[in-house]
Amino acid sequence: MEPFLTVRGVVAPMLAANIDTDVIMPKQFLKGIDRQGLGRGVFFDQRFLKSGAPDPTFVLNQPPWQDARFLAVGPNFGCGSSREHAVWGLKQLGIRALIGTTFAGIFFDNCHRNGLLTVELDRDAFAGFAALAEDPALAEIAIDLEQQRIEMPAGRVFEFAITPIEKDALLRGLDAIGSTLEKVDLIDAFEKRHLTANPWLA
Amino acid sequence: MHGPRTLYDKLIDAHTVCPLDDRGHVLLYVDRQVLNEYTSPQAFGGLREAGRGVRRPQTHLAVVDHVNSTSPRRRAVAPQEGGALQVNYFAENCRAFDIEYFDILDPRQGIEHVVAPEQGFVLPGMVVAAGDSHTTTYGALGALGFGIGTSSIEHLLATQTLSYKRLKTLHVIVEGATGFGVTSKDIIMAVIRQIGASGATGYAIEFSGSAIAALSIEARMTICNMAVEAGARGALIAPDHKVYDYLAGRPRAPRGNIWRQAVAAWRQLKTDPGARFDRVVSLDAGTIEPLVTWGTSPDQAATIGGRVPDPAGEPDPQRRRDLVRALRYMGLKPGTPMIDVEITHAFIGSCTNSRIEDLREVAAIVKGKRVCETVRAMIVPGSTAVRAQAQAEGLGQIFVDAGFEWRQSGCSMCLGMNDDVLKPGDRCASSTNRNFEGRQGAGVRTHLMSPAMVAAAALCGHLCDVRALRREARA
Ligand code: SF4
Repeated sequence: MEPFLTVRGVVAPMLAANIDTDVIMPKQFLKGIDRQGLGRGVFFDQRFLKSGAPDPTFVLNQPPWQDARFLAVGPNFGCGSSREHAVWGLKQLGIRALIGTTFAGIFFDNCHRNGLLTVELDRDAFAGFAALAEDPALAEIAIDLEQQRIEMPAGRVFEFAITPIEKDALLRGLDAIGSTLEKVDLIDAFEKRHLTANPWLA
Repeated sequence: MHGPRTLYDKLIDAHTVCPLDDRGHVLLYVDRQVLNEYTSPQAFGGLREAGRGVRRPQTHLAVVDHVNSTSPRRRAVAPQEGGALQVNYFAENCRAFDIEYFDILDPRQGIEHVVAPEQGFVLPGMVVAAGDSHTTTYGALGALGFGIGTSSIEHLLATQTLSYKRLKTLHVIVEGATGFGVTSKDIIMAVIRQIGASGATGYAIEFSGSAIAALSIEARMTICNMAVEAGARGALIAPDHKVYDYLAGRPRAPRGNIWRQAVAAWRQLKTDPGARFDRVVSLDAGTIEPLVTWGTSPDQAATIGGRVPDPAGEPDPQRRRDLVRALRYMGLKPGTPMIDVEITHAFIGSCTNSRIEDLREVAAIVKGKRVCETVRAMIVPGSTAVRAQAQAEGLGQIFVDAGFEWRQSGCSMCLGMNDDVLKPGDRCASSTNRNFEGRQGAGVRTHLMSPAMVAAAALCGHLCDVRALRREARA
């Protein structure tokens, strides 16, 4: 997994509430057995016209947002289906972080397993951030994960919270399975106790 | 040793291998996993690439449900190229890693969340994960079920554990008797409407109260299934004698002495008196009416006697924009009575409402009647076993005589990953769980409601109050 240190780039506003993973990655892109080719699927029904040409009214097709590396998103972003394809696609499109107020639980986990940072601001801070993010002249920002800061043009700074365990995994780009397997003795011991006490679980 | 604890906290404590920090992250032991063909391929691919194995193959169950055909004369192959590829790879992975696998023509096949309880694969007190958000369904059996992404599926296959963050707890209490024609689907839709589509984000819900206790296990599954539409990543109902009766004798349920030992342990699975929840919400079941959605989020619902709302009345500008967008997508004018909304399609199916009790209820409404000629109506049973049971009870014939397509089991039009897709502009009364933009096909308009209400709409050609039909039938 690609580590997340300081990332600079354009932030695009997508402030509607409850943008679900069906919208982020429609079903026709879920038919593979690998992770390839999902960048094109992201927001497909909104991003492209029937002809296949980009829809000029969609935010990610407009300058300066067509090169966005960050999205400012409405509440409950990523709700619905568990499909990790949504996160793979966002990453393939070049998105490195999402800034919002709340993220759906499975989607949040999927982001963090793939090095996609989710920044949760409280409602007031987010309102301030979103107002700036909607201004195309202020789109260039930087996110410094180590310092837990979003740096906006003209010296505006938003600080954010993240748990140490999540931060560490993102900063180091850890292989989660490898780390867990280091605890295999603990798992073995737990399993033995658990299955002896509850034999119907064996 | 402990103070009073909630059922959720007891289950997490009993499955914690070790804490990972002091912020609620734990390494959680998972007892069972259900696998499907479309979220698992990259997990198996990851294991293969890293040369890792599956730690306890017997704790996973693999079912094909999303991409298979539901045609009455379907074959062993999935209808589209991508789906066929996924099914082949799924079968190959289950063989290679020694995981029990139900293929398309297996008599035990069906939607994963219908099949797993049916097989007795999920038991009270278990922690169960699956690469599908509706894994919350298993709360009806007193098991903590939750959806996970593909990276976590791989992690679970390899280690039998997940890195898990403990949730906050929300107690939803539903007291009183539901009115005539009101189902468990209406109860959960009322909860979602009240707390919102993200009202339970970050929480596990425990449902209790006399209205919940009165429900059958299948009706409780509908409640726990849709809890995820309020954002909950776990839904529990403390197990009772109905759960034990439901499970006794099922293929994977324990037997003999171990069964008796298990039931004795399951009786302890309840929230201690005095345990504190982070939040409590109460509903009076007697005030709940049949609900239908008008928007593109499951919390955008009105009573069947209500009207499409007017965005002009919404003070918050972003919420007003969202409302306008939802109504534009749905092709609905503010103020339209819900019963004036005409449909082109009716769909009864999905892991929310496709079990035998749902089908019996539908049959009681449509028996001897005809589907409106402007409507294409489909019934897709939740499992091949449900279909066989419905055939044996004569329900299949009732559906066919009434003009419904009576199909084979699978997810089907709940998300249209197979060949069951609608056209832009189609409007579908649906017993499913998500009315998202494009869920049943690009540009398709979905109205969620109970299976009884879908049946009524299929007969009338527009949304209508099932209570009126039933009163007529009684008179
Ligand atoms: S029936 Fe629908 S919601 Fe349920 S598992 Fe299948 S696609 Fe998902």
